[in-house]
Amino acid sequence: MSLLALSDITIRYSRLTAVRNVSFSMDEGEILFITGPNGAGKSSLLRAIAGVTPVAGGRIDLAGHEITGQAPENIARLGFSMVPEGRDVFGSLTTEENLLVGTGMHARERGWRSRAADELEAVYATFPMLKERRHGQAGLLSGGQQQMLVIGRALMTNPRLVAIDEPSLGLAPNINDQVYERLIALRAQRQLTLLIVEQSSARAMMVGGRMILMRGGQIVLDGDARTLGNGEAIQAAYFGYEDN
Amino acid sequence: MLQILFDALSLGSLYALGALGIALIFGVMRLVNFAHGDVIAFCVFALLWPSTDAMAIVFAGQLPWYLLVPFVLLCGAGLSVLCEIVVFRRFRQANPATMMIASFALGFVIRYFLLMLFSSRPKSISLLPELSQPVEILGARLPLLQLITIVTTMVILIGLTLFLRQTRFGLEMRAAAENFSMARMLGVRANRVIMGAFALSGALAAAIALIFGAQTGTLDIQMGASIMLMAFIATVIGGLGSLGGAVLAGFLLGAASVIMQVMLPIDARPFRDAFVYGAVILVLLFRPQGLIAARGTKERV
Ligand SMILES: Nc1ncnc2c1ncn2[C@@H]1O[C@H](COP(=O)(O)OP(=O)(O)O)[C@@H](O)[C@H]1O
Ligand SMILES: [Mg+2]
Repeated sequence: MSLLALSDITIRYSRLTAVRNVSFSMDEGEILFITGPNGAGKSSLLRAIAGVTPVAGGRIDLAGHEITGQAPENIARLGFSMVPEGRDVFGSLTTEENLLVGTGMHARERGWRSRAADELEAVYATFPMLKERRHGQAGLLSGGQQQMLVIGRALMTNPRLVAIDEPSLGLAPNINDQVYERLIALRAQRQLTLLIVEQSSARAMMVGGRMILMRGGQIVLDGDARTLGNGEAIQAAYFGYEDN
Repeated sequence: MLQILFDALSLGSLYALGALGIALIFGVMRLVNFAHGDVIAFCVFALLWPSTDAMAIVFAGQLPWYLLVPFVLLCGAGLSVLCEIVVFRRFRQANPATMMIASFALGFVIRYFLLMLFSSRPKSISLLPELSQPVEILGARLPLLQLITIVTTMVILIGLTLFLRQTRFGLEMRAAAENFSMARMLGVRANRVIMGAFALSGALAAAIALIFGAQTGTLDIQMGASIMLMAFIATVIGGLGSLGGAVLAGFLLGAASVIMQVMLPIDARPFRDAFVYGAVILVLLFRPQGLIAARGTKERV
């Protein structure tokens, strides 16, 4: 059974239809890139899975539970962790407080405190610079540091599926490379299932895995990132066959 | 001189506590809760048996303080949480203006409910009379009550700060106040945080009711509204949603009122409030975002 399944998802903002009848599913351990131009509906789709944007139609299942219309806090409890577009760092909180916000949802379980402490050390081991700045205000971190922080924060809930919306946004290329290095290492370490949104398909081709290309609220291509990456098909799909 | 300082601090305390109650709820819900003043009035009248006689029939008001204080705090927190569950919960997705109107309406419902039970006549009550004796400090004779007001407010402020900084619930509240939907995506329960904010805010309203009731000795349905106006102004000057700003502005407003009361020529004193509001307009002209701009510009979901 797949870990995440979307069937026939439609998302509307009053009269604008941002996502139209989108279906796809993901297996445990998979890495999936959703790419496509600005306005394709990628972020809307991710927010719908997280439960912060309502869907107008269709159904979403996560880890064997239907989550359509569920509250975000309940979806998070099923193992979904989200890094939204723009990162949404809690700027007035310290770095460490940012990391700790998500650990409370396991507070009913036995031994959660020591597990949270272990988790914190694991995140600090992956991102040593976060440890240096642990008591500093998170809003003062650089863009790259904030990106590492929100990835760490997403991991602190001990998720099965992590979704990241445009991690490259506003980062210098070399910083972006560092972010991806860590992500790939983390994925190997923890058998994470990753759902990553990027505008450009270049990164997906580099990393490999599966890629879905969206345009105008619909899926136009779905396949292996490296074979899709042979230039023309993807160019055509990205810019649209019927444009001009 | 010392007397002026203490007057300023104790009046400022009331405004600061009121502003804090409004800012807490605004922080997590973007709701300007105009019913807050009526929660204060409700707490005051919780001291009496319902009766429309001019004579107050004291009920909780005669309890010893260690029962009286928790009782009134519980009344405030309880009513406030009830307002959330019965009314505000249905307006979570509504825009701020709609919520504000709803809070106005709710305030009137509470006020008329009190009117029905108690009539509109102010009633006198001697609450904690042992606190009205004066004490001598540095050569000045100050009412013990004033001292207790200031100390209590400081204790509440420090306690609240510790609560917000040191506890898990406090952390979740601060995260939710800054970015509600992100906090929820990290598993923070929206209902719990919002109910917690309402409970705290209601307890603050109760503290004001106790202090004000003990200070004035009269219980008046209008009294909540008068503090509320100043508290609301303090919240705006402080930077809506900024707790530190609300407290600071509350004390500044208290100080401004007391200082003008003393400094203005006798003839101008009846118009003191006009001068205070004038100063408010000036502050807002120069710092429209408030003294301390709140973080968390993200919309709630
Ligand atoms: N909150 C919103 N309200 C109204 N329209 C929105 C909102 N968010 C996104 N849209 C619109 O929906 C479409 C898809 O946006 P989005 O999901 O952000 O795409 P992408 O992430 O692929 O750039 C765009 O036309 C965008 O303008
Ligand atoms: Mg986007």
